[in-house]
Amino acid sequence: MERVADPMAVAARPKAARSETIAFLLMLAVIVVAPFFVYPVFLMKVLCFALFACAFNLLIGYGGLLSFGHALFFGWASYVAAHMAKVGVISLPYPAGWRLWGWLVIPLPPLSPELAILFGTAVAALLGLVAGWLAIRRQGIYFAMITLALAQMMFFFALQAKFTGGEDGIQAVPRGRLLGLIDLNDQLAMYAFVAVVFLAGFLLIYRIIHSPFGEVLKAIRENEARAISLGYKTEQYKLLAFVLSAALAGLAGATKTIVFQLASLTDVHWSMSGEVVLMTLVGGLGTVFGPVAGAVVIIGMQNYLASFGEWVTVIQGVIFVFCVLMFRRGVVGEIAHLLRIKL
Amino acid sequence: MIEIFGIPSTALFGQLLLGLINGSFYALLSLGLAVIFGMLNIINFSHGAQYMMGAFAAFLLLQYLNVNYFVALVLAPLIVGFTGILVERLFLQWLYKLDHLYGLLLTFGLALIIEGVFRDLYGASGLPYRVPDALTGGQNLGFMFLPNYRAWVVGVSLVVCLATWFVIERTKLGSYLRAATENPTLVRAFGINVPRMITLTYGFGVGLAALAGVLAAPIYNVSPQMGGDLIIVVFAVVVIGGMGSIMGAIVTGFGLGIVEGLTKVFYPEASNTVIFVIMAIVLLIRPAGLFGRRA
Repeated sequence: MERVADPMAVAARPKAARSETIAFLLMLAVIVVAPFFVYPVFLMKVLCFALFACAFNLLIGYGGLLSFGHALFFGWASYVAAHMAKVGVISLPYPAGWRLWGWLVIPLPPLSPELAILFGTAVAALLGLVAGWLAIRRQGIYFAMITLALAQMMFFFALQAKFTGGEDGIQAVPRGRLLGLIDLNDQLAMYAFVAVVFLAGFLLIYRIIHSPFGEVLKAIRENEARAISLGYKTEQYKLLAFVLSAALAGLAGATKTIVFQLASLTDVHWSMSGEVVLMTLVGGLGTVFGPVAGAVVIIGMQNYLASFGEWVTVIQGVIFVFCVLMFRRGVVGEIAHLLRIKL
Repeated sequence: MIEIFGIPSTALFGQLLLGLINGSFYALLSLGLAVIFGMLNIINFSHGAQYMMGAFAAFLLLQYLNVNYFVALVLAPLIVGFTGILVERLFLQWLYKLDHLYGLLLTFGLALIIEGVFRDLYGASGLPYRVPDALTGGQNLGFMFLPNYRAWVVGVSLVVCLATWFVIERTKLGSYLRAATENPTLVRAFGINVPRMITLTYGFGVGLAALAGVLAAPIYNVSPQMGGDLIIVVFAVVVIGGMGSIMGAIVTGFGLGIVEGLTKVFYPEASNTVIFVIMAIVLLIRPAGLFGRRA
């Protein structure tokens, strides 16, 4: 990428950390207070997409890898979580001859929501391992095209596979009881759970970015050849970043499924991949809080402009063009630049 | 009835022909992508939308100006190519000094705008476009029935692809183009107007997409989302072929169309995904693509 990180990153280290702490506390306060003023379901949607965008940003903002297929992890995790929460029985196909499939059936009961979400996340990580292993063989634009193509392939699998319900999706997924104790049908309990998942994911990403691993990742983004010459096995770093990003995107998708009690083709479609790119771009590539701000803006926009129908797509397109041409830092990146702080 | 591998020959050749037609579109579109990428270093995500615009241009020319198919085949690519030139002048020219990915993001946004506007104006359902009278009917070849229009599509796209290859690889203009791809600064120093060449190249690539759109109009319905999914398949084709070679793009396009057609005969469930699977295999064996040069 063009240097997406702000140029003062190195200069303002100690002060920077404080600005991030303040921003985090502000965000925390908003998350706690918001459900008393805003419709909680809308907030939960925002939080799920914010986590999705943060996961995506881990890859583009810190690894310099533009994945155009993140809906693959988001959508498949949501299918798996929905299936595990509603049905439970796993049927794995194995080839048993030309155009014949045998089925390995693992009879599980419907799982509690946290286990269903964990299942979804694990499957997303596994898919991330395979997709990443293929995609990191090429750089830059090819990487984007490969991830997009792989996601499209898995879209067709989702369309054809039996357990996904094809065009209908998986509906009426039970929210269930968290750890068998807390009834998630209660809107505020559900909200609290989503908020905790989001914050855990957010802090994990923050930790990853500021770990030695994250530093190497940034070095690869800036100059891969140099990182290789310094002895780093950059492919392994990129692959791990990809798997982490996929798993967290899966966590977001699986959580969203439990909230909305629905997994559908929309979540695996390429337009979903485009949306997460847009959120991150609007908020600010390579900023910690940018994807969250971007998710608020885009989901809010979709919510309030829903009556405009097709024009929402057009408006999203216009925002894309505008951001690329004159707003490449994004909302948070621009604020950080103006206040000369790190966010 | 003749049978091959237990499949009636008419079905086999029918699907092969369909594959060849899809291959024509893959070839024209990936050729346009490769030409644009060579000069602009941008992956043109709006290529699918511009293909759709070509089909719509033909449809609207017929509807409102009563312009027939053959005139539209020339006029529509010119019109859409001109809009491409505007896009390059208004938007893309500001991105050349940035990372390539911004070009991808911008053209993705453009694709959303174009498709959204067309969907709003003309609805999501397809609009019919009649096969021109001169190309209706077909030939009975004994082993299969060959509709004239389908033969025409394959023929036109082959001629256009080969002509493009000839211009780029064998003429003076093409040598300027190839030189500017390698080293634009040096070519400018020789007094050649490289920025204008870049603009015209984008217009040409977009025109190719529009031409494919006009060819497709009588086969598939003219609809706003006709390009959206197609472009992703074309991306996979481009990854398989590698964008380094013009002939590579043409051969891969036709070849994969045929493979897809054969899959429809022998393993229909996989026909949607076969090109992506091939892409994965090619990435494993030859990461740079079949005709690609290692970057």
